[in-house]
Amino acid sequence: MPHTNALYGPLDPAPDAGYENPPPRMGFFTDTSVCIGCKACEVACKEWNGVPESGLDLLGMSYDNTGALTANSWRHVAFVEQPRSAGWATPAFAGDPDGPAISPVTAAVGARTSTDTGTDPGLDTGSPAAAARMSGGPEFLGMPGAQPPGRGTGEEGRTDFRWLMMSDVCKHCTHAACLDVCPTGSLFRTEFGTVVVQEDICNGCGYCISACPYGVIDQRKDDGRAWKCTLCYDRLGAGMTPACAQACPTESIQYGPLDELRERAAARVETLHERGVPEARLYGHDPNDGVGGDGAFFLLLDEPEVYGLPPDPIVTTRDLPKMWKRAGLAAVTMALATAVAFLGRRR
Amino acid sequence: MTDETPSNEPVGARFREFQAGLDQPDGQRHRKPRRKGGDGEQLTVPPAEFASYYGRPVLKPPVWKYDIAGYLFTGGLAAGGALIGAGAQLTGRPGLRTVGRWTALGGVAASTYLLVHDLGRPSRFHHMLRVAKVTSPMSVGTWILAAFGPLAGVAAVAELAPLLPQHGVLGLARRIAPPIGTVAGLAAAATAPALATYTGVLLADTAVPSWHDAYPSLPFVFAGSALAAASGVGLIAAPAAETAPLRRLVLAAAAIELGGGHRLERQGLTSEPYTQGRSGRLVKAGRALLAVGTATALVSRRSRVLSVLSGAALVASSVATRFGVFEAGRVSARDPKYTVVPQRERLAESRSTTPV
Repeated sequence: MPHTNALYGPLDPAPDAGYENPPPRMGFFTDTSVCIGCKACEVACKEWNGVPESGLDLLGMSYDNTGALTANSWRHVAFVEQPRSAGWATPAFAGDPDGPAISPVTAAVGARTSTDTGTDPGLDTGSPAAAARMSGGPEFLGMPGAQPPGRGTGEEGRTDFRWLMMSDVCKHCTHAACLDVCPTGSLFRTEFGTVVVQEDICNGCGYCISACPYGVIDQRKDDGRAWKCTLCYDRLGAGMTPACAQACPTESIQYGPLDELRERAAARVETLHERGVPEARLYGHDPNDGVGGDGAFFLLLDEPEVYGLPPDPIVTTRDLPKMWKRAGLAAVTMALATAVAFLGRRR
Repeated sequence: MTDETPSNEPVGARFREFQAGLDQPDGQRHRKPRRKGGDGEQLTVPPAEFASYYGRPVLKPPVWKYDIAGYLFTGGLAAGGALIGAGAQLTGRPGLRTVGRWTALGGVAASTYLLVHDLGRPSRFHHMLRVAKVTSPMSVGTWILAAFGPLAGVAAVAELAPLLPQHGVLGLARRIAPPIGTVAGLAAAATAPALATYTGVLLADTAVPSWHDAYPSLPFVFAGSALAAASGVGLIAAPAAETAPLRRLVLAAAAIELGGGHRLERQGLTSEPYTQGRSGRLVKAGRALLAVGTATALVSRRSRVLSVLSGAALVASSVATRFGVFEAGRVSARDPKYTVVPQRERLAESRSTTPV
């Protein structure tokens, strides 16, 4: 007897898939507030899982040259550059010494107080007028600027600015549309509650790719099959941490039992709110959302769509019973129409 | 590698392409500066502004090639053919029966080829037969085809019985073929409505916005389109004396397709691809051809030429509709607007109705 929430609503996926006494559901909590965009997760994932290279290209999307989660990128670090402050509501560079290095007054004073070096060439020590003139800023002498770039000029063009970085990954949904629609049984639910593709079964029908509400799973062009994050199923079985979480230098990617991660995430959001980051919010943590909660969820600093995530994904199979009913109605209509057409007059 | 770019393109090609298509210099916000609330004014028209990640799609566009659009047509044609074959068989119209049965076999053979050809690993097509899952319309469709295909094949091959010699082993085959064909033809017709309509669920059970939102309409559009296409083939190929039911069937097909499909344009933002661009033109062409074909069929009783013309229009209508619907889905998956804006509206609605 299938669970009443088999297609939609809160559910523990591993027992629902038929595992008896499964281990706790494992997942990722990706805290983007501490992500530094180093892409160690992308590299570690490729190294461990033997994922082919994604091609070398410059996309013009900040430091993101991966572009999206694809068959050949199972972790993707998004970079968002935003003209707004980092949450503390103070203007950029406020209080920072961003004026010229020295003022004419201090330069003039300095020129007078220096000791004689006993050298002839160059400017005589103790000529305050020249020192004051030089300290006023660079005089263009056909040479590169005498000041560091941006110092002394361009102040008016400066804006508040922040950088959002986020390591995206397969969400390992509670109600995984990819798994529901797979016609070969290639996609399966593991005892850890994650969703994995069996590459020896997949025949590349592509249904999972259209079904995923996050645009995660993808077809590898030269191979034809569908590929995505396995949450390092092979490492999990051996009691190890997935490669990306292991490689993350800031613990932005945290791996563990999902219940524990959800508690940790709630505490982290509270801390951030206290410290004056009101825009911190969780994404994919709620078992009552459209996919029954994600196995890999996130702490974001802006709306999900800014990071390329759908704001309110709903598993497509929620509506499947209604769809089959409509198809049944259409099929009956079709049969009746044919019967009526043939039962009519002879000519 | 992302889907657009073959690996041998020069470095920076995607960047240049991206720059060319950029509508905002900062790349993130497709959003006009919005006045902060405070004047208490409510916006009456929901603004179609949204944020995205560099304008990139949220979803992966379907990787299905035009094989699948073609299959939507051939599968429907096969189902319609089987129904017409069975109707003709039961009402004593041997010429129409033969046309119906061969249409069914031709359609299902083409469908099988197209479906296997579309797979990323065609040699593994039989992996579809490992499981049977009602949550996977493709699995359900596989089993419908597995039942329908052999039945349609037997029914069509039984039509060859008169070509066999009168005596000997083949003579025996000649005598038993027609009753076997009758049973197989009726059994194929019994599965045919499922074959024609499950494809609506196949497309709707995806995250593709324009397909999913159209789930109440698609099975009816496809049912009507299937009957229209098969009737079209009948009007072209069957003896004129036996095509009277086809004219009534065409009228019913048009009513089912247009009646069931009028909601395609009324499902909010995600109906845009059904009305605009290439996909919109295909859908409109399908409707126009259906209207023309139906009208012509109704007045073509005495004219062989008009019958053939109306049949051709009906077949073309089905092809245009299938490719139009297929293309509309691909368009809606490629533009983040169709993913983000409806979901935002849904969130705003649920927030306004449930107290926080």
